[in-house]
Amino acid sequence: MRIVNRISAINAKKRKPCKPLSERLACELKKNWALYLMILPVMAYFIIFAYIPMSGVVLAFKDFKVKLGIFGSPWAGLKHFRRFFGGYNFGLLLQNTIGISLYSLLAGFPIPILFALLLNYLKYGRLRKTLQMVSYAPYFISTVVICGMIAIFMDADTGIFNQIIVALGGESVDFLSNPRYFKSIYVWSGVWQGMGYSSIIYISALAGVDPSLHEAAIMDGATKMQRIWHIDLPGIKSTIVMLLIMQMGSLMNVGFEKVFLLQNDLNMKASDVINTYVYRVGLIQNNYSYSTAVGLFNSVINMTLVIAANQLSKKLTEESLW
Amino acid sequence: MSKGKTIKRKRVNSDSVFDAVNLLIMLILLVVFVWPLWFVVIASVSDPGEVWQGHVILFPRGITLDAYEEVVQYKTIWTGYLNTLLYTLLGTAINMALTVCGAYPLSRKDFPPRKILIFILMVTMYFSGGLIPTYLVVNRLGLIDTVWAMVIPNAISVFNIIITRTYFMNSIPEELREAAQLDGAGNMQYLFRVVLPLSKPILAVIGLFYAVGHWNDFYSALIYINSQQLLPLQSVLRKLLLTTQMTLQISSSMSPDEIMRKTQLAQTLKYSSIIVSTVPVLCLYPLVQKHFVKGIMIGSVKG
Repeated sequence: MRIVNRISAINAKKRKPCKPLSERLACELKKNWALYLMILPVMAYFIIFAYIPMSGVVLAFKDFKVKLGIFGSPWAGLKHFRRFFGGYNFGLLLQNTIGISLYSLLAGFPIPILFALLLNYLKYGRLRKTLQMVSYAPYFISTVVICGMIAIFMDADTGIFNQIIVALGGESVDFLSNPRYFKSIYVWSGVWQGMGYSSIIYISALAGVDPSLHEAAIMDGATKMQRIWHIDLPGIKSTIVMLLIMQMGSLMNVGFEKVFLLQNDLNMKASDVINTYVYRVGLIQNNYSYSTAVGLFNSVINMTLVIAANQLSKKLTEESLW
Repeated sequence: MSKGKTIKRKRVNSDSVFDAVNLLIMLILLVVFVWPLWFVVIASVSDPGEVWQGHVILFPRGITLDAYEEVVQYKTIWTGYLNTLLYTLLGTAINMALTVCGAYPLSRKDFPPRKILIFILMVTMYFSGGLIPTYLVVNRLGLIDTVWAMVIPNAISVFNIIITRTYFMNSIPEELREAAQLDGAGNMQYLFRVVLPLSKPILAVIGLFYAVGHWNDFYSALIYINSQQLLPLQSVLRKLLLTTQMTLQISSSMSPDEIMRKTQLAQTLKYSSIIVSTVPVLCLYPLVQKHFVKGIMIGSVKG
C-alpha cells in the first residue's frame, strides 16, 4: 500500500503540476492562443461547408418544400430511394458508372507503370527529359479545353481521325454522337491527359530501387526484360499495390465534369452516370429530395469501397491511408 | 564455345531489340503528346480555309492572325478572363492562408486537440453531403451569384493541409522551435520567420495546384453562377468550344462566301481561344517545376 502510494506520488510529481482542468486549459490557451486562433477559421469552414451539408442528407428522407425548410418539411421515408431503385434507368446508370470506371482503371492504371519502366531504360537522357516534360503538360489543361480538343479532333467532317479514315477509303464516323464510342473516348483521352502525371510516382519509386541489384543482374547476364521483371517490378510492388487499392476505392466515382461536357442527347445511353443524374434531377429539375437520395446512395457506396479497400491494403501491404 | 559468350550474345541481342522497340514506342508517344498541342498552335495561326480543308497537318499554312484578331474582339472571353484572374488571385490567397492556418497548428506535437481535429478533417475526405445539401448551404449564405461562390465553397483542400503538415513535421526539426522559443520568439514569429521560409517548395507546389484549380474551374460556375457578368473563362470557353451555336453574327445580307468564311473563322476562333486561355497555366508550370516532383512525392506519403 505504501509503495503504491509512493509510486503514485512520484508519478504525480512527474506529470505537470496537477492543477484543475479549467486552470490548465487557461494556461494552455495563454501559451498557444495563436495556434487556436489560426485553426478557428479552418474549423469553421469545415463545419459550414462539410458538416452542415452532411446533416443536410436528411433531405433524402423528406419531401422538401422551400417554404418549410429542410427540417420543417414532412418525412417521406424511403420513398425517394424506392423510386430510384425501381426507376427505369437505375440499371443503366449503375452500368455506365461502373463500366466507365472499370474501363478507366484497366487502361489508366497499368499504362503509367509501363511508361515509367520504359522511360527508366531509355538511353537518351535528353529525350527522356523532354518526354517527361511534355507528358505532364496535358494534366494542367482544363477539362473544358480537353473536351473542346476532343470535339475538334473527333469532328465528323474536319477532325483528324475522320480525315485518316476517309483517306484510307472508309466512311466518316460521328464519334461523339454514337454511344458506342463514348466510353473509349472518355477513357483514352483520360489516359492521354493523366499518364505523365501518374507516372511521376513510379519514376521516383524506380529511382529508389537498389542499383547494386542491377549491377549483379548485369554481371549474371540478365537481359533488360528480365531486370524489369525480376528487379524493378518487385522493387515498386508496394507502391503499385497501394495505388491500385486507392483507385479501387473510387470505383463508383466517375469525374463529373468530363462526362457532363462530353454528354449529348445522342450518346446519353452510354454517358449518363450517377453524378450527372444527380445534377440533372437536382439543379435542372429542382427535385432536391430525390437528387439528395441518389447522391447519398452514391456516397455511401463510395465510403464503403474506400473503407474496404483500406482494410484490404492493411492486410496485404501493411500500409493504409489511416 | 564457352557458355558465357552465348549468354552475353543473347543478352546483347535481346537488349538491342528491347532498346530499339523502346525508342520506337517513346518516339510515338512523343508525337502523341506533342502533336495535338502543336496542331492547335499551328491551326490558330493558319488561314481558316486551309484548316477547314484539312491541309494544316505539320506546319501552318497561309499564316494569318485573323483568329487572334477575332479573339481580341470577342468581348465575352475578356470578361471571363478578368473574372478568372480575380477568382484565381483571390481564391489562391484564401486557399494558402487557410491551408497554413490549418497545417501549422496540426503539425505541432504540443498542440493537444491535434488528433481529434485531424480526424474531423479526414472524415470530410471520405464522406460529403453531396450536391444539393451543399448548394442549399451556399444559397442560404447568400453566396449564389456572387464572387464569393467561386472562392469560398472550395476554400480548403484537406489533402493539401495534410501534405503541408507532413512537410512541416518532417523537414523542420523540433530543435529549431525550441531554440527559437529560448530566444523569446512567439508562435507567430516562429511561423513567419522560420517555418514558412523553410517551406517554400511545398508552398510553391500547393500554390500551383490551387491556382491551376481555380483557373480551370468550371464546376463552381456551373452550380453557383447564373449572371453572365460573373462567368469565368472556362464557362465562356465551353460555349465557344462545345456548343454548336454560331458564335459569330451571321446576317441574311451576307453572301454565301462570306458565310463560309465566317463559319471557318468561328472554327479557328476555337484554336486561338484555347491558346489564349491555356498559355498562362503552362507558363506557370516551369516556374515551380523544380519543386514539382518533390511536392508530389510528399503528397503520396501518407500524412
